[in-house]
Amino acid sequence: MSRRRDAVVRRGLRHIRRAIAEQPRMFALAFLASSLYGGMTVASAYVIGEVTDRVLLPSFEDGATTGTALALSSVAILGVALLKILGILGRRLFAGIMSYRLQAEYRRRVTGQYLRLPLSWHQRHPTGQLLSNANSDVESAWFFVAPLPFACGALVMIAITSVALVLTDPLLALVGLVVFPLVFAANVVYSQVMSPRMQRAQQLRAEVSEIAHESFDAALVVKTLGREDTETGRFADRAQELRDGLIAVGRVRGVFDPLMEALPNLGTLAVLLIGAGRVAEGATDAGELVSIAYLFTLLALPIRAIGWVLADLPRALAGFDRVTPVLAATGETPYGPDAAVPRAGGAGVGLRDVGFRYDDGGRATLQAVTFDVPAGRTVAVVGPTGSGKSTLAGLLVRLVDPADGSVLLDGVDLRRLREGEVSTQAAFVAQSAFLFDDTVRGNVTLGAPVDDDEVWAALRVAAADEFVAALPEGLDTRVGERGASLSGGQRQRLALARAVVRRPRLLVLDDATSAVDPAVEARILDALRAGGTPTTVVVVAYRQATIALADEVVWLEDGRAVARGSHEQLLADVPGYAALVRAYAQAEVPA
Amino acid sequence: MTAAGQLRDREHEGALATLRRGLRMMPEFRRGLPVTFALALVATAGRVVVPIAVQQVIDRGLGSPAGPDLGLVSWVVAGCAVVVVLTAVAVYRMNVRLFRTTETALAGLRERAFRHVHDLSVLHQQGQRRGSLVSRVTSDVDQLSVFMQWGGVLGLVSIGQLVVATVVMAVYSWQLTLLVLVCFVPLVFAVRWFARRLVQVYGVVRERVGDVLAAVSESVVGASTVRAYGVRARTAERLDAAIDRHYRAQVDAQKVTAAVFVSGEFVAAVANAAVVVVGVLLGLAGDITPGTLVAFLFLVTLFVAPVQTASEVLNEAQNAVAGFRRVLDVLDTEPDVRDPAVATPDRVRELPAGPLGVRFEHVTFHYAPGARAALDDVDLAIAPRTRVAIVGETGSGKTTFAKLVTRLMDPVEGRVLLGSADAGWVPLADVAFASLRARVVMVPQDGFLFDATVADNVRYGRPGMTDHDVVAAFDDLGLGAWLAGLPAGVGTAVGQRGESLSAGERQLVAVARAYVADPDLLVLDEATSAVDPATEQRLTRALDTLTEGRTTLTIAHRLSTAERADEVLVVDAGHVVQRGTHAELVDAEGPYARLHASWRRSSAGEPEPAR
Repeated sequence: MSRRRDAVVRRGLRHIRRAIAEQPRMFALAFLASSLYGGMTVASAYVIGEVTDRVLLPSFEDGATTGTALALSSVAILGVALLKILGILGRRLFAGIMSYRLQAEYRRRVTGQYLRLPLSWHQRHPTGQLLSNANSDVESAWFFVAPLPFACGALVMIAITSVALVLTDPLLALVGLVVFPLVFAANVVYSQVMSPRMQRAQQLRAEVSEIAHESFDAALVVKTLGREDTETGRFADRAQELRDGLIAVGRVRGVFDPLMEALPNLGTLAVLLIGAGRVAEGATDAGELVSIAYLFTLLALPIRAIGWVLADLPRALAGFDRVTPVLAATGETPYGPDAAVPRAGGAGVGLRDVGFRYDDGGRATLQAVTFDVPAGRTVAVVGPTGSGKSTLAGLLVRLVDPADGSVLLDGVDLRRLREGEVSTQAAFVAQSAFLFDDTVRGNVTLGAPVDDDEVWAALRVAAADEFVAALPEGLDTRVGERGASLSGGQRQRLALARAVVRRPRLLVLDDATSAVDPAVEARILDALRAGGTPTTVVVVAYRQATIALADEVVWLEDGRAVARGSHEQLLADVPGYAALVRAYAQAEVPA
Repeated sequence: MTAAGQLRDREHEGALATLRRGLRMMPEFRRGLPVTFALALVATAGRVVVPIAVQQVIDRGLGSPAGPDLGLVSWVVAGCAVVVVLTAVAVYRMNVRLFRTTETALAGLRERAFRHVHDLSVLHQQGQRRGSLVSRVTSDVDQLSVFMQWGGVLGLVSIGQLVVATVVMAVYSWQLTLLVLVCFVPLVFAVRWFARRLVQVYGVVRERVGDVLAAVSESVVGASTVRAYGVRARTAERLDAAIDRHYRAQVDAQKVTAAVFVSGEFVAAVANAAVVVVGVLLGLAGDITPGTLVAFLFLVTLFVAPVQTASEVLNEAQNAVAGFRRVLDVLDTEPDVRDPAVATPDRVRELPAGPLGVRFEHVTFHYAPGARAALDDVDLAIAPRTRVAIVGETGSGKTTFAKLVTRLMDPVEGRVLLGSADAGWVPLADVAFASLRARVVMVPQDGFLFDATVADNVRYGRPGMTDHDVVAAFDDLGLGAWLAGLPAGVGTAVGQRGESLSAGERQLVAVARAYVADPDLLVLDEATSAVDPATEQRLTRALDTLTEGRTTLTIAHRLSTAERADEVLVVDAGHVVQRGTHAELVDAEGPYARLHASWRRSSAGEPEPAR
């Protein structure tokens, strides 16, 4: 147990060093400012003491004062205060900048990794986890940095004070030597008692949020089955647990806060008690007593800053531990040196002994798949669920790389092509269309230099022109987060237009028309086929309409390309194919 | 009245008005508040006791003409130490009380808001981004809780400290007190100005956080699109820009915060200097003692601290109030479809026993005032135990029809009745929800599943069923073999939103859930997306069993469904334009024949004739 605690302390110190090493300039500035603040805080106590000794008490004794003495006192008080203010400003600003820079920098690194790492890595990590890695985890990893310079400044201040105390009066220094370590120890105990409770509360917050998410997602089911009471009960149970967790956190704070306030106050009283004796002995004077008493009042806050840093370290480490694997992840997609051969018309596609398996070490998704799609042809890939169709579609545009064999575009292995080359030649539309929070135009062009006429033409092909024209701002209408303002069918049509507008030489459709009414789908498919450029098309589909569009069909079963031929040939030769197509046709239209 | 689908929004309501509104809705919070306030007042005593000790020691202990009186010093210090300890105990009690009442009150608020979201109609639920509804029962309330735990205590003690420090100062010297107050007047104005700036800059920060979240989620959720279209550089640019804008907003906000804090420090220094100068002059005039003057210098720091704390807490307070307002706005939004058992208990009714038919009496519905009618003066009756398919183009009003029958929405004009010629007709608006939801069940397009086992999800339709009953239900539906094929049978966990199952399999579970609910009137919103043929066949068989002997309205996207129905309703532009059996309609001139032809073509893969 205590070893684990030591480990946390050691790792915490290393984490602090890391923060300083990342932002040495900002830390130096913030630390300087903080030390200035610390020095001036001590100085202000001495000024008060000196003013008491040299101006206040003599004036009262003599019954007279001079303008110069008063002016000097004011200047001293104000001067020290101004320097202290400078220290505060610098400390807050530079510490803030340091913490925000670290956040921004790590967010850039993490999201940079998201964009760099291959799709297979993404598939292994839940979306929610990746989102919180880049957001809350990065934030909590560097949250402690904001009070860090303050805490370091406080250490300086304690050092100065201790020296000053010893020089002033060794006996009074003893009070400091008792109170400071006590305050420090209380802080350490606090952070250790608090952090597991905080973590539990955080966990419960997440659980409450999860229930709310799920329950509101299920709103229609809850409503139509009249289960509002059950749902509220489920939510209330967890909300009560969270309440108890937060009260437990509050109870610790409830003890700690008054303790932290009482300790310096008791220290001041001790200083008065011992100091009065020393004054009576003539070992020290009233002014110095006032200084030291004043100092204790002022020190209470900076010492707490040390506590803030310590209390936050476990959370910071937990956050950082969740970010590290992302930053350390490897598996960047390697690119080759070649440019794609610029040719007119469709691209030739070839698969040579392609094998693929997911990283979890399970069964192979694809095995020794070999076939060619000549330029300009349309091929449908058909197979039962789990036969590897979607994987195959992703391989064609290099969303993933094959484990064995190779995928060729115009005879060139995709892995030999430079970054970005594949996407200039090939377009891919997935089953669930993804839209960016951008305008309709932005979503279709994705930054490609395409004029509005071409955008409209593409929208027409995708049967999206009518609804886009009806949008309040046409092409300039923002579609909202992930296209939230559009229906599923509309999103899918925009995704199709995005592919069409690039005039790809290879178009890969992974069941990309499933959310479109059959009548509309027919229109889209006709337009794609009637297009001027003889694009090579590979479609993954169930619908007979889509299959009928193809010149040829490749039949996949258990990850193998078992048969290939025209629809009629396969119907006659491959029992599995015939069964699947008929089954689906029966579900669609009973014979 | 608020526009359809909008939550009540009082963005510009003042903070105090929000607090009053909130206190009305959180009765738990008011309980025991006076005692807490009393403790807060005691809590501040410990803070002023130290300056008083300093004054006593200097004036009476050390300054007495007879030389230092150490006995007196000991008594003063001991007395003050007792007060300091008692204060600490009072603060502890106050903290614990405050945390308990606020957390209890907030848990209650959370619960009521959660329930209220479920009570709102689908119009409201769909009009809001789901995330926004969730945040109203989670992060908005969390923000309040955090504020109460940190800022609330600080604020309470600070106010007390300000009051007590002022009183003690005034007892020592009214002249110096006045001087200190005058020094602080400009600060009050400055803090008010800063408060507005703070709201502004932190508003910008929040907005930027949202942008960053959205940009990050695009890079994760859109990972395959980003790769397929080679737009990594463009996405990275957008991300970096969002992160950078967020960073700059944070720095701007930090500048304002630092300035607020520092202005208090500056005023304190000015007050200290003024107190020294004026104090010495007053002392010479014989009005105050040196100990009083020194004590005053201590008291000024006590006076400054709450002012600085206030400026620190201010921003958090603004956030908390804004969050509070968002939660209260949910509670203040009147559900536009209300359970008559609660709303009008005097005329609440039960549905008549036996099979249920449906009657629409001149029903009109539009989604927003002035919008095109989604259903326009629809007048019809559906006999009990008929299986009806509702067909029409996207946007024709089919879905509206279904939502009105299940009372997910109420018609704008006319009324919907359920019942039969024999048992009598009951207006849907008078039927108690308990009766309605037990007899009328809708299977939505996306049969949402909870993150639980298959059995738990089915039980959702009828709580208290045993696993054995659930298995039997699947057997009835012809799904026994499918269920047996799952890794752990009925005990198989379906994952978040049922994502461990395929879309088609999720529908199978949803059908089983509706089956065990055993409704008399069933409304099916058919899924449009394709599922694999084997599942499709199972689904068709299961649906046949489910609909057997029940009045069924199906929003049909498939030709097969229309063909098998007893009756077909064709909806177009808010009107029922055709009605009859498939056989009657398919050969008649009209929209159904056209729809049918288009369906057939797309299923068979023939090209569409030129238009």
